[in-house]
Amino acid sequence: MGPLIFLALLVVVAGWLIAAYNGLVSLKNQTLNAFKQIDVQLKRRHDLIPNLVNAVKGAMDFEKSTLEAVIQARNQAVKVNAAGPEAIKQISQAENALSSALSRLMVVVEQYPQLKATGNISQLQEELTSTENRIAFARQLYNDTATQYNTKQQQFPTNLVAGMAKAQTADLWELEDKAERAVPQVDLSMKPKA
Amino acid sequence: MTDEPSLNLFQQQEANRRRTFWLMVGFVAFFAWLGFGGDYIYHLYTLRAPHQAYHHDFPWFGIALSLVALLLAWYAYKTGPDKVLWSTGAREVIEPQGPKEQQLVNVVEEMAIAAGVPRPRIWIVDDPDPNAFATGTDPLHSHVAVTQGLLDLCTRDELQGVIAHELGHVKNLDVRLMTTLAALVGAVALIHDGATRFFRGSGGGGGGGSRSEDRKGGPLLLILLVAWIVSWLLAPIIAQLLALGVSRKREYLADAMSAQFTRNPLALASALQKIEGAEAPTEHIKRGAAHLCIADPLGRRLTDHEGLFADALATHPPMAKRIAILKGMGYAQLKKEGGAVS
Repeated sequence: MGPLIFLALLVVVAGWLIAAYNGLVSLKNQTLNAFKQIDVQLKRRHDLIPNLVNAVKGAMDFEKSTLEAVIQARNQAVKVNAAGPEAIKQISQAENALSSALSRLMVVVEQYPQLKATGNISQLQEELTSTENRIAFARQLYNDTATQYNTKQQQFPTNLVAGMAKAQTADLWELEDKAERAVPQVDLSMKPKA
Repeated sequence: MTDEPSLNLFQQQEANRRRTFWLMVGFVAFFAWLGFGGDYIYHLYTLRAPHQAYHHDFPWFGIALSLVALLLAWYAYKTGPDKVLWSTGAREVIEPQGPKEQQLVNVVEEMAIAAGVPRPRIWIVDDPDPNAFATGTDPLHSHVAVTQGLLDLCTRDELQGVIAHELGHVKNLDVRLMTTLAALVGAVALIHDGATRFFRGSGGGGGGGSRSEDRKGGPLLLILLVAWIVSWLLAPIIAQLLALGVSRKREYLADAMSAQFTRNPLALASALQKIEGAEAPTEHIKRGAAHLCIADPLGRRLTDHEGLFADALATHPPMAKRIAILKGMGYAQLKKEGGAVS
């Protein structure tokens, strides 16, 4: 009877070990995949911006600085992204700068009714809104998955197998740029006379 | 029901999952009672038959019924989504026509990212009443359909909330359960009809010969027999009720998941208010697909009430209650973020 109980206990413990290990590995891969999704959406935004700039360029001669800020931020972001995933800090900084430049541009576009009236702009605006949402939701998914992964590997008793599964705390994607938290400032003195 | 206001998002989801599990157990148990209960009655009936006559010792009915039900369910599982979409006359959006459809495609893609599922196929039902539903077998083979009325009526944020609700159904595999359940209800009706015909046929043909030995059963057998026959007669109704109970609780869960994906429960609340405000029934969506929709497409008054009777008979929870729960989530979120709660 004694050895039988011992054997049953062994089977239970082994089963739990396998389940905990596999659970951690699966969460790790989900986290990695969620991170890749952010990348995909950032690329999408970079490809969209030249179209947007071309569409508004003609109608907005007097808002050159806003437009140039967007182009510059975009080029910077593309350049940093090419450096690869090691430069995570610079990438998120460049992308945050691009985000704030874009939101400034969109607020400015709101000030020009004749610009909004053309179908092309509202279509691009929808595309831009969607792209910004995609990036935000991709980050949200990454942060949610990473939090789940971090919690799992720190909680008892799963933390006992965390070393075996080579689990490491995943960094959350945070908004570091103060400018992005702030409401974009618009220079209303340039407002055209309708 | 979700009467505990202190539950947070994840606890609510967990509670809903648990309840759903027990409802499913009930559904399966009902099938078993119909099949094996019949076997037991027939066993008792033939127990005191003469030695050389037929004795029903092996549960043929139970096994056959379970097998037939399993086969039908498998067939329904495979073709269910197509049947549902076909029955509503939905058309698939492949090349978006106009800004509204482009927005719909964008919103679905955004929410697919937020939910972490592949992009479902998108369909539009040409009906002026706002409504939406999801169907499919798993996140890889899923469909989201909205009515033209929903597209016309909702803002971008509201549409996001509704689509997130549907993707909630997709992500936690509600779509598989609900589509299969719709088919199971159909299967019960089918088996019921077939069996009724079978019993009538054999009763009329072979009843005369065995009449002389029939009187040996006693009152216990009679009571069991009556209970079993009543079960058979009520089978389609009971199956439908169980299906509806499952779907009703899942609406609360999908609302919670929508809030999790969009972090904007108030948008879904306002969308539900708009859907509620449009009184007309959704004519393109028939009774069979009703429990898949975000709001009861048949516009039945029962949906407005809570209580034992409505709990048993309505396909959807009361809209007012869903909106109240969502608003509660929204205000809790505002408070946590330190924003001004006006």
